[in-house]
Amino acid sequence: MFRFRDKSTANKILEKIKDLNIKAKFMNVCGTHQDTIVRYSLDTLLEPYGIELVAGPGCPICVTTSREYMEAMVLAARGKIITTYGDAARVRIRGRSLLTLRGDGADIRIVYSIDDAVEIAKMNPNRDVVFLAVGFETTAPSTAYTILSDPPRNFYILNCHRRIPPAIEALLSLGEVKIDGFIDPGHVSTIIGLEPYERIVSRFPIPHVISGFEPLDVLVSVYMLARQVKRGEAKVENEYSRAVRREGNPRALKLIEEVFEYTDLEWRGLSRVENSGMRLKRKYEDRDARLVFQDELKLLEEYSEPKGCRCSEVLRGLAKPRECPLFSITCTPLNPIGPCMVSVEGACYIEYKHRRV
Amino acid sequence: MCLAVPGLLIEVNGIIGKVDFGDGTIRKVNLALLEKAKPGDYVLVHAGYAIQVVPEEYVRETIELWRKVISLEDFAK
Ligand code: SF4
Repeated sequence: MFRFRDKSTANKILEKIKDLNIKAKFMNVCGTHQDTIVRYSLDTLLEPYGIELVAGPGCPICVTTSREYMEAMVLAARGKIITTYGDAARVRIRGRSLLTLRGDGADIRIVYSIDDAVEIAKMNPNRDVVFLAVGFETTAPSTAYTILSDPPRNFYILNCHRRIPPAIEALLSLGEVKIDGFIDPGHVSTIIGLEPYERIVSRFPIPHVISGFEPLDVLVSVYMLARQVKRGEAKVENEYSRAVRREGNPRALKLIEEVFEYTDLEWRGLSRVENSGMRLKRKYEDRDARLVFQDELKLLEEYSEPKGCRCSEVLRGLAKPRECPLFSITCTPLNPIGPCMVSVEGACYIEYKHRRV
Repeated sequence: MCLAVPGLLIEVNGIIGKVDFGDGTIRKVNLALLEKAKPGDYVLVHAGYAIQVVPEEYVRETIELWRKVISLEDFAK
C-alpha cells in the first residue's frame, strides 16, 4: 500500500525543484525524516539545486537532558524497577547508562509500550515501578491515557515529555541559523494538527510543510516549501494528508489536556524553552516520580556533558555530525559518546548507519 | 521514538486490537486514542498505540497530489 519510492517520479520532482531556481535552507524536526533524507541521499541530490537540508531538535532521546537520565539512574540504584524504551536505556552519562547499571544489579526493563510497563507493575506489587516517559506529543497521549486508566499504586512516571512547536519557536527566536522553511514532523502532527504551526507562522512568517516519511513525501514537501519561497509566501501546507487532519487527533489532545499542564523545560541544545514541557497536573502528582521520590533524587550527583561532543550544536542545526571530530573515530553506535549517536533518530547515528564511509 | 508504522487492523476487542504489519509481524495494539476503528482499517502505530486511522482513499489522495505536483506547469510560476 505504501509503495512511494518510484525513481522516475523522484527525478521529475527534482527537475521541478531545479526549475524554481532558489537558494534555501530547510530544517526537519523529526528523526524519521532525517533517516529518510540520509538513507535516500535526498540532501546530496538537492544540494546542486540550491537546497540545503538540516536536522534540528527532532530526536526525543537526544533532547532529553543528562539530568533526566541521571534521575532515572539514581532511582534505579535505589532499587526501583525502571522501565523505558530501548534507546533511552543506552544513553551514557559519564560513561554509565541505565543498561550498564544492570551489571551492578539494577533492574532495568526495556518495553515496547507503556502498557508493558503497567504489566510489570502488576506483576511486582511490592516494588516501585518507574516509567521513564520520553517523547513528544506522539507519545504523551499514551502516558496520559495510562495515568487515567488507574494503573497499580506502585506505578510512577518519570516524565520527560516535550512539545515540538515551542522548540521551533525557540530556534527561530535564537536566529543562529537562517532557516527558510520547516519540514514539520508528520507523526507529531497527526496528534496536534495544523494550528500550532499556523500560530508560529503568524510570529515568524516562513513556509511550513507537514510531511510524510517516504522519500517521495519528503521530496514533494521540499518542492512545496521551495514553491512558497519562490512565491514569497509563508503558510502551513499539509503534504501528509493521508494521516494528518487539520484538527489533529482530538481524543489524544483531550487526554493530554486532562493530565498535563505546560511548563518551561530545559532541552539539550536549547536550554530553557518556554511552555515546552508537560508536567503532570496536581491531581495526578501521586504518580509523579519526581515528587514521590524527591528525597532520593536529592542524591543526584554533579554531572558533565561528554567532552568534545557537539550534540548541542547538531540539535540546533549549527553543526553536522561529520563536523564533530569524534564522529566515527571514538564515537560509534557501539560506543556512543553523545545521545545523537545512541538513538535511531539521532542525526549522528543516522549518518553513521547510512554513510559512514 | 516518533517512528510510527502503518499496519492493517485485523481484530478489535474493546480497546485492544491486533495489527498485521505485513512482514509477518502481528502485534497487540492499544486503540484507546482512536475515535473509532474497525477491522480492515489501516492504522498508524506508535509505541504500542494506534495514533490515527489512514483510510485507503486518503492514500490515493496523496498519490493524486504528487501527480499534480509533477504535471502542472503553472506550479512553478
Ligand atoms: S558524533 Fe558522537 S560525540 Fe560527536 S556530536 Fe555526535 S554523538 Fe556527540
